[in-house]
Amino acid sequence: MYQIVTREDLTPEIHLFEIMAPDVAKKAQAGQFVVIRADDRGERIPLTIADWNRQKGTVTVVFMEVGKTTRKLATLKAGESIANFAGPLGLPTHIDKYGTVVCVAGGFAIATIVPIARAMKEAGNKVVSIMGFRNKNLMFWEDRLRQFSDELIVTTDDGSYGRKGVVTIPLKELLESGKEKVGLVVAIGPTVMMKFSSLTTQPFGVKTIVSLNPIMVDGTGMCGVCRVSIGGVTKFTCVDGPDFDAHKVDWDELMARQRTYLDEEKRSLELWKQSCSCGGKT
Amino acid sequence: MPEKLNLNRVAMPKQEPKMRAGNFNEVALGYQAEDALAEARRCIQCKKRSCTQGCPVGVDIPEFILALRENKMSEAVKILKGKNALPGICGRVCPQETQCEEVCALGKKGAPIAIGRLERYVADWELAQPASSKPKPEIAPPTGKKVMVVGSGPAGLTAAADMAKRGHKVTIREALHVAGGVLMYGIPEFRMPKRIVQAEVDYVKSLGVEIKLDSVIGKIATVDEILADGYDAVFLGTGAGLPMFLRIPGENYNGIYSANEFLTRVNLMKAYLFPEYDTPLRVGKRVAVIGGGNVAMDAARCSVRLGAQEVYIVYRRSRTEMPARREEVENAEEEGVIFKFLTNPEKFYGDEKGWVKTMECVEMELGEPDASGRRSPVVKKGSEFKMDVDTVVVALGTTPNPLVPTTTKGLDTTKKGTVVADEASGKTTKSGVWAGGDVVTGSATVISAMGAAKRAVASMDAFLKGQ
Repeated sequence: MYQIVTREDLTPEIHLFEIMAPDVAKKAQAGQFVVIRADDRGERIPLTIADWNRQKGTVTVVFMEVGKTTRKLATLKAGESIANFAGPLGLPTHIDKYGTVVCVAGGFAIATIVPIARAMKEAGNKVVSIMGFRNKNLMFWEDRLRQFSDELIVTTDDGSYGRKGVVTIPLKELLESGKEKVGLVVAIGPTVMMKFSSLTTQPFGVKTIVSLNPIMVDGTGMCGVCRVSIGGVTKFTCVDGPDFDAHKVDWDELMARQRTYLDEEKRSLELWKQSCSCGGKT
Repeated sequence: MPEKLNLNRVAMPKQEPKMRAGNFNEVALGYQAEDALAEARRCIQCKKRSCTQGCPVGVDIPEFILALRENKMSEAVKILKGKNALPGICGRVCPQETQCEEVCALGKKGAPIAIGRLERYVADWELAQPASSKPKPEIAPPTGKKVMVVGSGPAGLTAAADMAKRGHKVTIREALHVAGGVLMYGIPEFRMPKRIVQAEVDYVKSLGVEIKLDSVIGKIATVDEILADGYDAVFLGTGAGLPMFLRIPGENYNGIYSANEFLTRVNLMKAYLFPEYDTPLRVGKRVAVIGGGNVAMDAARCSVRLGAQEVYIVYRRSRTEMPARREEVENAEEEGVIFKFLTNPEKFYGDEKGWVKTMECVEMELGEPDASGRRSPVVKKGSEFKMDVDTVVVALGTTPNPLVPTTTKGLDTTKKGTVVADEASGKTTKSGVWAGGDVVTGSATVISAMGAAKRAVASMDAFLKGQ
């Protein structure tokens, strides 16, 4: 069992757990993930690592309530535990001196971007960050990302904070203006957002890295459900990624594969909600 | 003995095919006491003991059978467990017909003794006894040496149990959330009940072995770090966990699974109990399982149980070359699985939502024997045809997971990705590191992994005592 040391509600539906897991904390690096199980009947799901504290032995993950597992997690309080926590999995983000690095985060993926922006900054890069949310109420960690960014642009779909619109607009402007010689773009968020970020940078020939989020089971290279086509070659996201060259990703295949269990996920969630309303915790 | 020798073995009671196709309960029900005694009485206790020589771990087979038929059950358990820490598992999944039973003296005139069934009977008898009455294993006094076993499958459990019995302090690191490796994620409940695996894991723990789960070696620590951390020896029993795919067009359509994914969802994650358990698995109406080994049979038989209407085994050679145990092939046939031999998939077609709907195949014919000694399949020209399928399971075999080898300096691997280890001792090219089981041989059997672990234990023990 892995204890939740602290819990923070970043928004009503996005939560942070700092979890006691010294083995994972010792080795965690930016861009890696963990596979967790909430309880003994739970499924294995991947969550990206948002932070770690090697001395304390803790690892921080951030998740949004979407399906049954994340809603189940959201019922847990600090001091309670989750059944399993394995990691750090996947290859860390390749940190190098690129000159200017543009970090683009969509929604709660800002939690994934922050340690990457920090590592890029520490490696001597100029970091320009763009973070986008649907609206102001879903925003968090603006200050954290600002801390590791030389420049920060915030967008909201509805204009309730920062610039109105989606992240690809300032991204395109930045590349068009030519005022920055961009060495690398790191775009992380929902698959659609990553796809369009990729399409935005492609004409400029700027190297772009995305962190893919397909369905996973074991997360160690055993099952192959997370296979993605990268430049026509099948790769396993869990061991060959999760970072890949955005311009080589077969986005439509990835999106189709992510929808495999949509019906089952819906059914599972509905049943859980029913059981919850008659005496559950939420 | 005046009784005439019975040349037929006592039949194993099984669940009827119609009944078992609708549940995940064990198919083979096990001998009753009278069955076991009758079968044990057939053993002529010959002096040759070919059976023991045919056993990869050298179980004293005539002795345990003698104890069984003299009704000294505790004695039978002791003899069995003296050589084999996991008899409940081996009695169920060992290919006895090509090992101990193949060389049984009775086999010349009739059916060999059903050694596997008797082994299972003894193991199950012990499991049913109250904990207090179970014979206590003998453990040597502590040597002060620390051993790390990576992986808790058949090789890892055997190495851990035998090293612990020799007085060494053993820790197992397992990547998944339960111990047992392929016995938990790969072999289905109806062939290898998980409570049996759990009981054997508990037995290994009772020897003082500590099992740490959720521990991906290569990620949380490298082998070098483990050695630097005060461990005197490391045993790698990490298995062959990486699935092979066909590498043909359309293989990433939804509904196409590796056998590893399919079986892991069913067995480890209990998708057959969805939504009671959270992990789903979608099995359609027409399932094609590609491959002819035991894993292919397991995937096909799971599909039957999960409600598929037509389940095909698609295999590129003929029945004779199939690596699956005959018993498993028969079970699959009885449950309605349809075999398409000399058939090979070439391409998949999907629907507009990205789900597989058609599999294009070619017919094959058998040519000259290949490296495996089996006649190799050759494509029959112009024989393309299409099969409508909505689920495909690719069961072509597995290769070792590279996580440990790629993070361990000085550990040589072959072109196939297997770890180089001396067959007699399990010693790898790295000092202080031994390996055994599928990580060395590529996918093989539970018992061969256990045999390799036993040989490595002898070598590791000698090394530690000589230090």
